Amino acid sequence: MNNKLSRVILLLLIVLSVISINACTKNPSPSKETPAVEESLVLATTTSTQDSGLLDILIPAFEKEYNTEVKVIAVGSGQAMEMGKKGDADALLVHSPAAEDQFMAEGWGKVRKDVMYNQFLIVGPKADPAGISGMTDAVAALKKLADTNSKFISRADKSGTHSKELSIWKAAEVTPAGSWYIESGQGMGDTLMMAIEINAYTLTDEATFLSFKNKASSLHVVVQGDKLLFNPYGAIAVSPEKYPNIRFKAAEAFVNFISEGEGQAIIHAFGKKKYGKNLFTPVNYRP
Amino acid sequence: MDIWHSIVEYKEEILTIVRLSLIVSGTATLFSTLIALPLGTIIGLKDFLGRRLILRIVYTLMALPPVLAGLIVYLIFSRSGPLGNLELLFTPTIMIIAQTLLVTPIITGLVVAAIAGKEGIIYDHALSLGANQMQAYFTVIKEARTNIIASIMTGFGRAFAEVGAVMLVGGNIRYTTRVLTTSIVMETRQGNFAMGIALGLILLIISFAVSTLVLMNNDQFSKT
Repeated sequence: MNNKLSRVILLLLIVLSVISINACTKNPSPSKETPAVEESLVLATTTSTQDSGLLDILIPAFEKEYNTEVKVIAVGSGQAMEMGKKGDADALLVHSPAAEDQFMAEGWGKVRKDVMYNQFLIVGPKADPAGISGMTDAVAALKKLADTNSKFISRADKSGTHSKELSIWKAAEVTPAGSWYIESGQGMGDTLMMAIEINAYTLTDEATFLSFKNKASSLHVVVQGDKLLFNPYGAIAVSPEKYPNIRFKAAEAFVNFISEGEGQAIIHAFGKKKYGKNLFTPVNYRP
Repeated sequence: MDIWHSIVEYKEEILTIVRLSLIVSGTATLFSTLIALPLGTIIGLKDFLGRRLILRIVYTLMALPPVLAGLIVYLIFSRSGPLGNLELLFTPTIMIIAQTLLVTPIITGLVVAAIAGKEGIIYDHALSLGANQMQAYFTVIKEARTNIIASIMTGFGRAFAEVGAVMLVGGNIRYTTRVLTTSIVMETRQGNFAMGIALGLILLIISFAVSTLVLMNNDQFSKT
């Protein structure tokens, strides 16, 4: 009888070990002559760069050139910068300019470069109950949403999009509160899903919206084109001074890679085929 | 159909994900069992000072939210935390640690329940027949094995299905720490609902296969 139990355990052990032996055959990492950097780095980034698929193209190109492995953690910009402060991320790719400036001023980051931009959009149901469709003034549009008590979903998660939203409310001199103002506390994709389900308005970055629209969205762009809705992305190499284990060389190489030459060309080309326009505009692209 | 296309196209990657899910949750369950089986047996059989308190703690920890377990492990192994220089964050190893923390109380609690009831009689009986204490323990474990296996399977199910802890400490890194549950979250977030469902079905099928494997080798579960 005891044999049976041990046989089960033995069987499970064998299965496990066979699986783990297989797992040790790693994905091939190509090699090439370029300045030597650490063999891996952790990139904390906003979800829009991953969810849009940009990083699936950008990261392999960088890995190939520098023969280093990039571990991408997609979270909100706020959490990404918090990971930088804790020393858990070596490089950041975020879109929260004011918070980035503060991050640099406090000495958490060593190098920061502008990478690309697109725009934020105010999206909402087709019926447009608040009647803001076609407005080009984001401040006036949000004010009208508040005046008409139209449902609006806030990310409320300290992401780049959330801090942009708060800055618009501030400009509108409105403190959003009430049953129409819904704080989801979730990522952009989840928030868009929620907006679809309950026919609400929300503020979204262009890249996530376009890549989401193809799949499941009945939302429409109601406000765009205000220069307040400008959405710049920056790359930061976290300073090695506070945590000597930071893989600074690799992080710096990554920041340079995406803000120059090949990285910029990849960003420029990304999304044209699938969405008819590029999802991000590189700041430093020369054909 | 579109979804079959995607599955075939990403076959290799999905296999990597499935493999990692099994390794992480399987190893975590194994470690948890190694801790929980002796611990649960002793708590179940022995009467000692503080036993009720320990039991209460164990049962409280059975309700430990995965994301809280993840956060605690994250803070300990963060570069700014006490064990930061081990550089374990965002590796499969730390995912195993987090899930072990999560699963050990569950298996312990269930093993206690499996043994505490009628098995005390068997323990006394074994002792009276001249078994030493070690032998008596093993006799009890042997007699309660059906319930113990069910406890271990419950623990494995919890580990295999949880997402909060592995998402936080593993980071859902492609090819490295992405497991079935974290990919489901990611696909959903991107609006790829069909892919999310497909991955969920894969998870359930594997769960079915694992339990079949286990039950096949234990005749006690069959009624005859």
